[in-house]
Amino acid sequence: MTHSEPRAGHSAARGLSDKSIRNLFIFPTIAFLIIFNIFPLLFSLYTSFTDFRASTNAPANWVGLENYSYLLTNEFIWRNFTITAKYVLISVSGQVIVGFGLALLLNRYMPFKGLITTLLLLPMMLSMAVVGLFWKLLYDPNFGIINHSLGLGKFEWLANPDMALWAVAITDIWMWSPFVMLLSLAGLSAVPKHLYEAAEIDRAGTFYTFFRITLPLVAPILMIAIIFRTMEAFKTFDLAYILSSQPTTELIAIRLYKMAFLEWQTGLSSAFAYIVLVMVVGITMIYVKYLNKVKER
Amino acid sequence: MSTKLKGLFAGVAMSTMAVTAANAEDLVIFWAEWDPANFLQELVNEYEEETGISVTVETTPWSDFQTKAFTEFNARGSAYDMIVGDSQWLGAASEGGHYVEMTDFFAEHNVGGVMAPATVKYYAEYPGNSGKYWSIPAEGDAVGWSYRKDWFEDPAEMEAFKAKYGYDLAPPATWAQLLDMAEFFHRPDEDRYGVAIYTDNSYDALVMGVENAIFSYGAELGDFETYEVEGILNSPQAVQALEDYKKLYGYTPPGWAKTFFVENNQAITEGLAAMSMNYFAFFPALLNEATNPHAANTGFFANPAGPTGAQHAALGGQGISVVSYSDNQEESFAFLEWFIREDVQKRWAELGGYTAHAATLESEEFRQATPYNEAFYQTMFKVKDFWAVPEFAELLTAANQRLYPFIVGDEGTAQETLDALAADWAATFKKYGRTQ
Repeated sequence: MTHSEPRAGHSAARGLSDKSIRNLFIFPTIAFLIIFNIFPLLFSLYTSFTDFRASTNAPANWVGLENYSYLLTNEFIWRNFTITAKYVLISVSGQVIVGFGLALLLNRYMPFKGLITTLLLLPMMLSMAVVGLFWKLLYDPNFGIINHSLGLGKFEWLANPDMALWAVAITDIWMWSPFVMLLSLAGLSAVPKHLYEAAEIDRAGTFYTFFRITLPLVAPILMIAIIFRTMEAFKTFDLAYILSSQPTTELIAIRLYKMAFLEWQTGLSSAFAYIVLVMVVGITMIYVKYLNKVKER
Repeated sequence: MSTKLKGLFAGVAMSTMAVTAANAEDLVIFWAEWDPANFLQELVNEYEEETGISVTVETTPWSDFQTKAFTEFNARGSAYDMIVGDSQWLGAASEGGHYVEMTDFFAEHNVGGVMAPATVKYYAEYPGNSGKYWSIPAEGDAVGWSYRKDWFEDPAEMEAFKAKYGYDLAPPATWAQLLDMAEFFHRPDEDRYGVAIYTDNSYDALVMGVENAIFSYGAELGDFETYEVEGILNSPQAVQALEDYKKLYGYTPPGWAKTFFVENNQAITEGLAAMSMNYFAFFPALLNEATNPHAANTGFFANPAGPTGAQHAALGGQGISVVSYSDNQEESFAFLEWFIREDVQKRWAELGGYTAHAATLESEEFRQATPYNEAFYQTMFKVKDFWAVPEFAELLTAANQRLYPFIVGDEGTAQETLDALAADWAATFKKYGRTQ
């Protein structure tokens, strides 16, 4: 009995060629990709040129570039794009400054460093919806701890159209700075120590060391963090949706959701999604090009 | 094929038939997650006792009620046999082929004669005045007001109010009085505020709040037959109504920028506001000592009249429709036949549901049952609604995009806001071929 088992297994293994095993792994994945990625992508591309509405039984009519032209000339859509751009700028730059700053602080000896690092990572482990609801309470003008701690009285964070976007961005910075911190820490720990020793021997100042050694060497990994965070910030939905319903916080993802699933303008929203996709790909390509340049240095 | 295999297939076929037969005895009604849905479940349990057919009321939070319902419709799914859908869905659901037409059922059972006329008009008929019906009015609802009786009846407050405004402090009968009282009770230094109104622009809350003013000021959203809006939506009465709604926003508690039924009930339970706008369906919680420490001091009144004496309110509530893709349409109609019976409607009202049944509504028993039923009864004969066309969501989005910045963000004037909204709506109606 003990001898027959390995023999049976050996014979079964011999029954499948390398090619069959390869196909066994590849074909389900390809089928999955075609069904759930490629087909929806192509179908939505087609619907973006039609007046299709999923909520009706009416057939889709070909409208050419009408949807794209409507979206690119609509004042509200442009407002959504402007708001999103502002949000991405505030949020990502805030995360880079705070995250990288924290990484610099942690990249030196300190007691309980492991515990502190773990605690700092906690925000990004929470669900977006939970964070949104939690911060909504923190921002509350009647009993919120933020106004109480800062002595701001009944300052309205979310009800004030000029402040609401900042409030959402601050929450996002709180949540995702640890991500930038984590990547930056990895980058900082990879900087060779002898470079700092050489700089010290040459009596280089702190700023000179930072801008000539630390930043250039950490830049590639920081760029990766920025690419990830930009893409994520660009498609932010839940946080802004839960925290505020101000028109000044209506990001493109929220507008897209409303257009697709509340108004059921399927054709128009497909076109909108493609415009967003092209923008995200374009921005990412610029970043990647810059990343390659940084690496070449 | 081996005998064993044949036996297995036969067994599977038998089981499938048995399951199908069992399913025909189980009806599923889809509704939003709120108290009336629980009351309906209690009611339909009695249907099961009578007929042996079980009915389940499946619910989902309000925030994704519409999305979930239409996703199921779009998939031609048979998960739900009946749906208690919003009145503004009528156009989209009937033209989309998702609802079964009930015109014959209406004629056979005289549904139009036994339900309150406004509920038949807004919950059941589409297109307007067409005589085609798609729903049975199920949960009548409209916007009303709750207020702090102890504040209003405080002798010192009454005296101070009369000295300032020249008339007695009592639940407001007009919008002008409502504004005066909101102003009078608005005392941020004492953590006490004048009024709580709807401001959430995620769906239809803000628009329905504004509708209460627009309708009572004698204005309309447009001509529901010709789809003309220019000169109607932006009429001087509508402009005045919008200006006054914005004034009310100035008397709300801090942070009142995304508020709907939960927050407006909290305004009373937490002792924040003197008056609060809300749907009647949410008033039972205000009479419950467990959820409202001020329950004994909470009163109710109908939406006040406007400057011309017109008195209307925004319609809430829903009608119950049979889903076209249901496998149990016959059983669903049998259930509806039971549901519209006078004794069942009376029981529905007893359980806490807001019946649309005219005779039950008019009965003294119903009107005296709770402190707010009289106001509800008065309101249900004066309700008006939003557009029920298939493109209602686009109209709603445009309204939110125009109204919110003016009311909450203090951008532009009421005239500019309504002029822009009229232009948006006119463009939408033109896009869908309703106007030239």
